[in-house]
This record gives sequence, C-alpha cells and structure tokens, in this order.
Amino acid sequence: MSASRPPSTDPSSPPVEPPPTVPPAGGDGGGGLSRRRLFGYAGAGVALAGAGAAIGYAAGASGGGPERPGVVPFRDVHQAGIVTPAQDRLHFVALDLTTTDRAEVQRVLQKWTTAAERMTAGQEVTENGAVGLNKYAPPTDTGEALGLPAASLTLTIGFGASFFEKLGLQDRMPAALAPLPSFTGDDLDPARSGGDVCLQACADDPQVAVHAIRNLVRMGFGTASVRWSQLGFGRTSSTSTAQDTPRNLFGFKDGTNNLKAEEPAELDTHVWVQQGDGPDWMVGGSYLVARRIRMHIETWDRTSLDEQEQIVGRSKGEGNPLSGQKEFDLADLSAKGADGEPAIPVDAHIRLAAAETQNGAKMLRRGYNFVDGSDGSGHLDAGLFFLAFVRDPHTQFVPVQRALANKDRMMEYLEHNGSALFAIPPGVKDGQYWGQGLFA
Amino acid sequence: MSRRTSAVAVVAAGTALLLAGCTSTARPPAAQGGGGPISVTASDTACDVSAREAPAGNISFTVKNTGTKVTEFYLYDTGDRIMGEVENIGPGLSRNLIVEVPDGGSYTTACKPGMVGDGIRAPFTVTGTAQRSTDTDAKLAEATAGYTRYVTSQIEALVAKNKEFTAAVKAGNVDQAKALFPVARTYWERIEPVAESFGDLDPKMDGREDDEREPGVGFTGYHRLEKDLWVDGLQPDSAQIADQLDADILDLQNRVKTVEFTPVQLANGAKELLDEVATGKITGEEDRYSHTDLWDFKANVEGSQASVAALRPVIDEKDPNLGPTLDQRFAAVEQLLEGYRTPDGGFVLYTQLTPEDTKKMSDAVDALAEPISQVAGVVTS
Repeated sequence: MSASRPPSTDPSSPPVEPPPTVPPAGGDGGGGLSRRRLFGYAGAGVALAGAGAAIGYAAGASGGGPERPGVVPFRDVHQAGIVTPAQDRLHFVALDLTTTDRAEVQRVLQKWTTAAERMTAGQEVTENGAVGLNKYAPPTDTGEALGLPAASLTLTIGFGASFFEKLGLQDRMPAALAPLPSFTGDDLDPARSGGDVCLQACADDPQVAVHAIRNLVRMGFGTASVRWSQLGFGRTSSTSTAQDTPRNLFGFKDGTNNLKAEEPAELDTHVWVQQGDGPDWMVGGSYLVARRIRMHIETWDRTSLDEQEQIVGRSKGEGNPLSGQKEFDLADLSAKGADGEPAIPVDAHIRLAAAETQNGAKMLRRGYNFVDGSDGSGHLDAGLFFLAFVRDPHTQFVPVQRALANKDRMMEYLEHNGSALFAIPPGVKDGQYWGQGLFA
Repeated sequence: MSRRTSAVAVVAAGTALLLAGCTSTARPPAAQGGGGPISVTASDTACDVSAREAPAGNISFTVKNTGTKVTEFYLYDTGDRIMGEVENIGPGLSRNLIVEVPDGGSYTTACKPGMVGDGIRAPFTVTGTAQRSTDTDAKLAEATAGYTRYVTSQIEALVAKNKEFTAAVKAGNVDQAKALFPVARTYWERIEPVAESFGDLDPKMDGREDDEREPGVGFTGYHRLEKDLWVDGLQPDSAQIADQLDADILDLQNRVKTVEFTPVQLANGAKELLDEVATGKITGEEDRYSHTDLWDFKANVEGSQASVAALRPVIDEKDPNLGPTLDQRFAAVEQLLEGYRTPDGGFVLYTQLTPEDTKKMSDAVDALAEPISQVAGVVTS
C-alpha cells in the first residue's frame, strides 16, 4: 500500500490467508519418528552411514541395552556418561548463568532434561521438531542428526561452585567444590576455565554429540551462555574391560589401570559420593575434574623412543610397564633393571600417578584427544582433554596432580591451560529433572 | 548491510506472499461464493468487469492489464473507503485480488491507468452477508499497516537527517560530518531489512570497501564517506558520493511506497536486525573506520522492537508468555547499552570495549534473538 493512501485498518478488511501448514511427518499415530526410524525410511545412501555406526556398536565400541542397540538409558541411579563404556567422541561445554533467578534456571533444567532424554534415545529435541512443524518458525530441532542413530549418546550435567554462589544456594554447595590449588607450571586461561554448569555429550558419532550440545545451548539462551567448549575426537581411556586401551596423542596406551565399570566396589570407593560425604543431594553423584592439557607434540616427536618410554614408564608398543611384559601386568615399582636402577624410573609418569604412590588414590579417567587446529606458529594446538570422575577431588586428583606437576618428566611436554571442577549430581529418577535434588 | 545476503534477499514489492494487509494477491481462496474469480480487463480507456454482482464473503478478481500504462484496481465502499486494491500492474500482466466483503450493499470498482486520478469507475453489488474474518486477521492487518507507518516515518527522517550529514560533507566540515554520521545512520539501521530488500540499492549505500563489485562499480555510500572522514580525508569526489547517497535514499523512499509487508516479514525483519547486531555490530565490522557501531546496535534493536510492537496484539493472542519474555529481554539489552552512553548522549566507541563487554552484549542479544525467532511461528500458528 502506498504512503499516499492511508492503509485500511477497518476490522472488515479483506482476508488474511493462513499460511500453509505442513502436516506432521510420518503419520504413525503420533508416536513420533525416532531419528533411527527416519533414517530407515530415508533410503540407501543414508542407511549405509547408519550401518557403519551400527557395526561399530556391535563390535562392542560402547553401551546400549540389548533391546535398543546404541541407546544408553538416560535415567538410572547414576548419570550416564561416567561408567558408560567410553564413546569415541566428545563435545563438552561449560556455561555461565546469565540470570540469578532460581526459578528460571529450574525451568531450563527441566527443558534440558526432556530434550536430553529424547536425544539420547535417538529422537529429535521435540517430536517432528526438525522439519515437521510450522514452516514459518525456526525448527525446534536443528536437524543435523536426522537419520543418525542414537550412537550411544550420553549427556551428563554438572554444577560449578559459582552456580551455587550466583543462585544464593551456598548452603547446598558441597565442600568438595572448594577451588583446586594452583599447580606448578599451570598456565590457566580464564576463558577456558571454570563455568557455572557443564554439559558433557559423548557419542560414537561426532555429529550426534555436537547436535546435542548445540540444541541444549540454544534452549539455554537467556539463562545460560557458553563460557568455553571442547571437542574431543578419540577416547583416551577405557572404562570397561570390554574395551581395548586406546592411545593418546603421545602414541601411548592410556588408561590401562583405569577404574572400570565392572568393579562396583571400587567405583563406590573412588567415584560415587556416599552418604555422609557431604550434602545428601550429592549421594550417588560424583565430581568431575576437567583439564585442558596441551601437548607439545612437535618436541615430543623429536624425542627418542627410549626416552619416551622412560618418561611414561611403559613400552610404546605393547604398553607393558617397564617392570613387566604384558600391558596388564601390574607395575612393580620396586623392580630394578639390569643396571640396578629402578625399572620404572623415579620420575616416570606411571610411578608418580600410581595408586601405591598416592595412598591408594584412584580416578575414573574419561578423557579425549583433541586437536584444535594449529596455534599460529605452525604447531598443533593438540593434547588431552582430561576428564576424571572422583568421589573427592581434593584427596584423589589434587595429590596426584601435585606430584605430577612437580616431578613428572612428562610435564616438559605438557601445558595445563584450562581447568574446571564440577559437582555431578546423581542419576535422574522418573519424573525428575537434572539436579532437582539440590533445589529441594 | 548484511555481509552475506544482500544480493539474494530481494523481496520485491508485490511479489511477496501476502498473508495480510489490505489485499491478497496470493492464491485464490479455497472456497469462494459463486464460481471462479471475476475477471477484470483493464485497458488505458476501459475497465471491463465480468460480473456486476457477487455474494458476500471472499470475492476474487483477476485483473489483466491490456493497456500500455501501469494500472491499479480498487474496490471501494461508500465514501471511497478502500475495501481492496492491487497496484503496480504492468502492461500485459495479470494479478489476483481477494477482497473480503462481509456486508451486502453497493460498492464501486475502479481501474486507474497510469495510477492517477479517480479512475474508470462502475457500480458493483454485493448480495447477502457473510461471517466476518476472525479478530486475528484484523490484528495482523493492523500490524502490517502499523509497521508500514513506522517505515514511512523513519525514511522521512532519514531523508532529512542524511541531508544534514551530506551538507556537512559537501561543506568540508569534517567534525560536523563525523558527528552527524551515526545520527543519520540511526534511521537507516532501524529499517535495515527493508532497505536490504532492494538488492541493487543496499550495496551502493551500505557496501564495504572489500565487497566484490562489478567491474567499473566503485566503493560508494555510507562507508565510503566514513572512510573519507575518519581515514583518508575528504576526496575530490566526496561531495559527489554524498549527493549520490541522498539520491539513493530518495529512490529508496519511492520504492518503499510500493512495498507491502506481511506479518512473517515483520517477524523475520525483527530477527534479521538482531542478526545484524550479532554479525556486524558486536564484532565492530560495520563501522570499522568510525567505530560508532553501538549507535547502529541501538538502532537495530529499536527497529526490531518496532516490528515486534506492531505484531504484539497478535503475539499476545497466540502466546501470552512470549510478549513478557520479549519485553524483559529487550529491556535487558537496552539497559546494557545505556551503560555505554557518553555524557553527550552518544555511545562509546567500539574500540573502547573490552572482550568482557562484547561477551555481555553477545549474551544479551542471544537471549533476545532466541524468543524473537519464535515470533514468526507464533503469528502464523
């Protein structure tokens, strides 16, 4: 309408045509297509990719019950993504609350829980959310996981000390969230450290993990904003005896002596918060220490094989401790070599980190390799995104890290540039949402 | 100017899917009382309407221009109240018009060859009565009409303020021109998606130095003058660039008169303005020489707010929770921006912002843009 004529604003104005609406896809009685079923309909090209993932699962890559291959149950006594057999891919994000309104945060936690449960089951964020709703509205699911299976996706939430401070919940804050001390050689970047909330997505398909984090972040806008995030492309620990020990970017097997899902008593001792440890709402939960450990790959690669093995305390090929023959031979810290020197050097990584050296301290490590491109001076910005779940970070992680920081010869090749500590609440019961117990 | 889509985001007047407003030139209605559309043959001297009578309800016309002049077709009620109109029908073209006429009575049809004068008129009778369209439809129509008034007023101000700015450039008064640059741009930035919808104008007026151009096409418009004023000093052709900018703005003003907005366009415009903030202003990309990005930031947010305000009655009807959320998030952005005011009422320069400042702005814009992105879906639900 032209400006020279006043536009007609009479209520009897001519009609408005409603926009065409797209009928819900599938028409399967409203049950909603799982992404997996959708990919079944999508045709051979997509199905091929899906088959690869399915084979990966069948080979025992990671979890999933027998009824729903590749689906890790979301609701359980403990959160998934801790003792779940470590998946191959990680997308980890730390967020800061942008509000101090407790009710608003609870609303987002509820929304996140619903979406997380759906996504871990291989479904869209909301039913038909990617393409089946109002075409004039942005899709409620971003769509990049359409056609992909659940891929053993787990989503795990945690809360940092600042979460409790911002929401005035200091009385609920576990003492175990006291700040980690600074360690020799730390070069922590505040922009890669801390955070009020963390979300850990692990999956056998990177796109599934990224999709999950992307959608949860999106749902949180206005309540939480991303502080930092980290992608990981290869697990560096096995958390189940069914898994082979993977290698880190130094080329060594990592996590041989890790705590395993098949050791429930050990997990209760070292991983799961017990009654009396702190606030009741944390019982069945854990604490997560996250460290971004840059590896100086190029200098390491110029180090002789013998020196690399002396630094680690294991052989590079088999992964046996230098005191033994096979990977799973127990490291004998008192063993002497032919020269009368300790077979495992006094400053070797595995000696300093060993439970025997550390008053029995063990951690469930669940880290991932990362390569975030290069650093501008031609070196890879690569390393290990260290994730460890412990019952008490101050008696388990801190002494080990202190010993490593002060004595480990490997430190010459490492730089810790990110650090965070989160309380991981227990598993989500039916009808509950993530972290509900701490608001009670 | 969006850095990505200026060339493709051409939503030319009249070609858009019209969801509301005075007329609809989209598809014929699914159910029309009594047969197909009434055909109108509009020549330079005649206006032949195939039926003189129709039942109340949605009445559909197909208007074919068989003449040599651009024409219009109207259905008037008593006192020339416009029931429906279709404008800008070029020679040889046909356009559809659907008019809702709920009440029987005497009406008037008119063709206007050359789009001037009273036109070639004839009586038209509507029989019976029909149920009125829902309240929502009227609210949507008022939304687009209200936003049209907003755009018109902003362009009028843009014409005037830009003249002050270009006059200072032409007078060689660099300090004054620098002071007026962000003021003139405020009116531009408030209606940026509308301006961008004219794909040929936007690159001339708001292009960047490093944009790819056709051979022989120079770097002109706001950012060329910005560079002259802040970096290079006024050039021999600065005055000519200033005159061209004024002329382009007048061109924009004329073209906007023929634009018909839809509720979806309003909603998307509100979102696009925040996209502009996210990609152009919080990054300091847009005003890279003057660093007056926060002025543009503020104007983009105001423009977004105007779109949402126009749609607000419909939003409130469809989703009572969305409006208050938008109010709160708009207020948060405004409050944040007010913290960067200078004593003279302007804003600090982008170069004075710390990474913490821009992170806060980014968080506030994300928080606002997410519910804004829901508006289109809500108003079309």
